Amino acid sequence: MYEAADLRKGLKIEIEGEPYTVVDFDFVKPGKGQALYKCKLKNLITGSQFDRTFRSVDRFVPANLEEQEMEFLYQEGEQYCFMNTSTYEQIHMDKEQVGQAKNYLLNNLTVNVLLFRDRPIAINLPIFVDLKVVQAEPGIKGDTASGASKPVTLETGYVIQVPLFVEEGEKLRLDTRTGQYVSRVK
Amino acid sequence: MEDPLARLAANRDRLNRRAEVLRLIRTFFFAEGFLEVTTPVLSPTLIPEEHIEPIACEGGFLLPSPELHMKGLLAAGYEKIFQIGPVFRRGERGRFHLPEFTLLEWYRAGADYEALIRDCEQLLAVVARKLFRSLRIPVGNAGIDLTPPWPRMRIRDAFQRVAGWDPIEQRSPDRFEEDFALRVIPALDPGRPTLLLEFPEYEASLARRKAEDPRVAERVELFAGGLELANGFTELVDPREQRFRFEQVNRSREKSGRKAFALPEMFLAWLPALKPCAGMALGVDRLVMLFSGADRIEDVIAWVP
Repeated sequence: MYEAADLRKGLKIEIEGEPYTVVDFDFVKPGKGQALYKCKLKNLITGSQFDRTFRSVDRFVPANLEEQEMEFLYQEGEQYCFMNTSTYEQIHMDKEQVGQAKNYLLNNLTVNVLLFRDRPIAINLPIFVDLKVVQAEPGIKGDTASGASKPVTLETGYVIQVPLFVEEGEKLRLDTRTGQYVSRVK
Repeated sequence: MEDPLARLAANRDRLNRRAEVLRLIRTFFFAEGFLEVTTPVLSPTLIPEEHIEPIACEGGFLLPSPELHMKGLLAAGYEKIFQIGPVFRRGERGRFHLPEFTLLEWYRAGADYEALIRDCEQLLAVVARKLFRSLRIPVGNAGIDLTPPWPRMRIRDAFQRVAGWDPIEQRSPDRFEEDFALRVIPALDPGRPTLLLEFPEYEASLARRKAEDPRVAERVELFAGGLELANGFTELVDPREQRFRFEQVNRSREKSGRKAFALPEMFLAWLPALKPCAGMALGVDRLVMLFSGADRIEDVIAWVP
């Protein structure tokens, strides 16, 4: 059990059966009054945020969260199938749970799946992922410095803005935190 | 983690400002004829407080306030005393809080809290004039005007205005403390110091009740620039009532699962010798924050405990 005095940014707690992380924290206490712990909490399943103020008598259950390395196997309709790389057990996640990660999910990509009470709730991607361009309009020769960009489609179906010199068939490195192009990969 | 020595070197201006403020406080109280005293930090007994947790040490406590021993000096006949020293409060850490901080505390025999209010107004004016040659200090969004007399607001009026209820008519400590911290304080004028006075007696276990209305205690709090700077009372000197109030504090602590404190019998035994008096405690670190525009308490101390 955590006490209110343990609250700090990044602490993960369970409230009414759902996992939350403290994203913002403020200690408020007039000298003679009781301590109040003002928190901004983020639901780790839905991503929604809300403010809540706790008192020193409040107690919290640590959120039972675990990361497990898994390999992406395939997509079938709205279901995404992953395999636990240590037990070879397979699990399914739906479109909502996968979220933006779908843009980078290529067969055999290794990711970390966040489990809450053994249920998958989110995917932590590697920071950089390399994907091949499957469709691109031809660029204008020599124009490398103007900052102009064009859209290309990657092998996962993800459409992204890239510099004009990028051609079909090339492999690109993407930053999964920003969703942006980083460089070409030889 | 930041290198502590680099932090110290970078913080020279603020630490200089701190030293100036400390010197000006002493100059002010010496000019007013006060005696500077030193009382124990480590003590086997303490004054029971509902919401202040002491740090246990050597079979006693690192004291959260010098009040007990300073009142002993008053009982022995000292009339105007002040002290600047470290105090300790377990579990307090935040933008404006640290478990160890520096408190200025002063007492005047034969006075009530009106005298304390004048002391605060004059002390801050002296410091402002020395540091800025002006009573308008250039901190916060639009500066703060410290020209006395400062606006005053009765707790009852402040609550009715922003929280919509009267804490004198309705006894509700939990609701009081939450609304005070989250609604009343944030609504105070950022451009002027504010004196909040006439607290409900259930929020002032060491203050004298008002003769005209015993539900109200002669407690005053000073706020400036969003900071709770100082707290003072016309002191309660009736030993029977003080014992009763301490027992109330202990009952309330036990009701919410906290340990009751042993009553400070020595202190209660001194009270009959205590003349009417008034005392105030002012957070020195926060005063330095005010006069240096710092927005975190760590910024005005050399070493973070």
